[in-house]
Amino acid sequence: MKRTLKNIFHTPRFVIGFIIIAAIILVSVIYPIVSPGNPMKNIGQGSFIAPGTYISSYDVATVPVYDSTGANTKIFELGEDAINNRLRVNMSVEDRETMIGWLTSLKESLGEGQLLAGENANATVTEEVTKVVDGVETTTQVEEEREVVLLENLTSSDADAEKLAELWIANYNDEVKVKGYSTNAQRRNIRQLNTRVSRMMSGGTITVSIGDLQPKELKNTDYIPLSKVANVINLPLGTDNFGRDVFRELIASTGTSLLIGLMAGVIATVIGLMIGLLAGYVGGILDDILMFIANLFTVIPSFILLILINYSLPASSRGAVLCAVVIGFTSWVWTARSVRSQVISLRNRDHVNLSKLSGHSLLRIVLTDILPYVASYVVMAFILQVSSGILAEAQLSMIGLGPEAGNTPTLGLMMNWATKFAAHTTGKWWAYFPAIAVIAFISFSLNLMNTGLDQVFNPTLRD
Amino acid sequence: MKTSNDRIIGQEIVDDRESVTFGANRDKDFSQEPMCLSGRGVTRVFRTGRITTVAVDHVDFDFHKGELISIVGESGSGKTTLSKMLLGLLEPTDGHIFFHDKLRDISSGHKRRQYWKGIQAIFQDPFSSYNQFHKIDSVLLDCINMRGGKSLPKDQKIEMMTEACSFVNLKFAELTNKYPFELSGGQMQRLMIARIFLLKPDILLADEPTSMIDACSRATILDMLLNLRNETGMTVIFITHDIGLAYYISDSVYIMEHGKFVESGPADKVILDPQAPYTKRLISDVPKIHEAWDLSTVG
Repeated sequence: MKRTLKNIFHTPRFVIGFIIIAAIILVSVIYPIVSPGNPMKNIGQGSFIAPGTYISSYDVATVPVYDSTGANTKIFELGEDAINNRLRVNMSVEDRETMIGWLTSLKESLGEGQLLAGENANATVTEEVTKVVDGVETTTQVEEEREVVLLENLTSSDADAEKLAELWIANYNDEVKVKGYSTNAQRRNIRQLNTRVSRMMSGGTITVSIGDLQPKELKNTDYIPLSKVANVINLPLGTDNFGRDVFRELIASTGTSLLIGLMAGVIATVIGLMIGLLAGYVGGILDDILMFIANLFTVIPSFILLILINYSLPASSRGAVLCAVVIGFTSWVWTARSVRSQVISLRNRDHVNLSKLSGHSLLRIVLTDILPYVASYVVMAFILQVSSGILAEAQLSMIGLGPEAGNTPTLGLMMNWATKFAAHTTGKWWAYFPAIAVIAFISFSLNLMNTGLDQVFNPTLRD
Repeated sequence: MKTSNDRIIGQEIVDDRESVTFGANRDKDFSQEPMCLSGRGVTRVFRTGRITTVAVDHVDFDFHKGELISIVGESGSGKTTLSKMLLGLLEPTDGHIFFHDKLRDISSGHKRRQYWKGIQAIFQDPFSSYNQFHKIDSVLLDCINMRGGKSLPKDQKIEMMTEACSFVNLKFAELTNKYPFELSGGQMQRLMIARIFLLKPDILLADEPTSMIDACSRATILDMLLNLRNETGMTVIFITHDIGLAYYISDSVYIMEHGKFVESGPADKVILDPQAPYTKRLISDVPKIHEAWDLSTVG
């Protein structure tokens, strides 16, 4: 076993294929963790924004603007209502609801009235106003009612975003244990939310440039460091027709497509293996019946079957999992046929006869004397099934019969939308080419691994 | 007697002959012994599409208790098909097989298991007789389990395995935790005999057990097989294509040609006074040391 593994990992083809597929899997797993976000979110209004780095036109440079001479450092504020804009854009409704929920729980666990108010929203401000009237100083205390921010009145609407954020900044404390937010994952989410909110709130709203009371116009020699601009968006692969970030969508789609392929492969291999083992080992009438079914599936092209099944399922019920199941159930035939033929050649071997003579049951003989001998072949067939599962999903989605559009990103759906919005005729290559490339890479690497395995397990192919 | 042995067998097992008790029971009349395994009209037909091949064609046989029977025939004569039917691995198309004078019944898994406690086999190719994923221990443990020793303490099982291995000149301590493919062909075949030693069946079916083994190991294997037979008094059905070897070791000989027994009887009668032309041809095909090889019969 150890030696076989060593042999496998010394086959260049297998290793190259393995590295490519491992890299694809790692990226599709790690990237969403490192950079969380909804891949289906519409970023820009316009469709098919070309790849590049973009600054939101809402955005403000609340940072030092370096004069090209480097001598004067001035702070510019471009635009109005900067923080609110930023909050509106970057703090989703879900985030706001989470914040309200957390604050409500905090209030309950602290007791009534213990919630700190935000800095600009004190309930009552007592001002001492000193007036000089006829040489006598009279000090009167004027109570000024300011707008009271009550948690109960806050909603997740855009208008309340700033108040909510202030209330949050004033009250958030990592140390406090809040009821309903006790698990590590929940606490981590809240902490991440806090980081985001405080980052958006920091910087202040300075409306006047310091050191130079005259509003200064930016010259074309003034540069702003990109890293200091809050609302920069980097779109390495542009956006699609909906204004979604293609790069993020691509990674999410790769994950879904790999999952569909894997599930379809597992289902097809398990069904094919069971039918092949049974038909091959037991033989007789059972073999005839099973092979009749297999032949039926062979003569009806499985892709047409796939189209018919998917067409009869309502679009709303077609998730990624259902798609994988349908693909798996239509592609087991070749595994079953080839496993059967291998088993037929194995069942008359002496070691199987010896096992029979030792009184072993049918199940035990199949599992210990037949299965290990076909295992290498089954692994190879499984890899090919995964590859063809991914391709089948892409084909189905391409003609609009794949998983439901809108919720699940898949490589096939990306191509489907790109085609529908004529990306290929208008030269928006970033909308469809990356998806094609990823499919090609996955299928190339899996086939390469298969060839590598073939070299190890089939000595006649060795150089 | 001795001269004829020399003449027929050739040089291969001459070296070891002194120690081997070949043909020890040759003078005994086995027809008086109780019947162990017999068959009437046993037939096997293979069908592939429209082509029918009659591998075994209505053969009758009577194997008595303690007898060493050889079934001799060239390749393709149906020896192995017959042996598979005797073992119950293949259903006869026609005819009946009687086990201890009763019609053999192997219709259910339990009955098959009972039958296989009475009849066991050694196969031709030791390299393919073992499951390459199982260790040697499990092969021997299976035998102990089959004899109903599943609940025995571990020490006793090891003792039994050690005894079986030492019977065939193997050291169990060296074999434990090894895989069959780490042994030589001769060692593997000896391990097969150790397996039979543990099982002690009534009938042993040896299907060309020495044909894949080199000449030196061959004598050792035969020696062990015959020792085992003398010790346990089991019936041995020896299937071979080597008529010299068959004559050397067996009590009775069945000559098989194209799925039929053309001649059968006590070894001396069949070999020294052959009646069927096929038997004569087989005997003349054996290479002789002191004479020129007669190739005129080679068809």
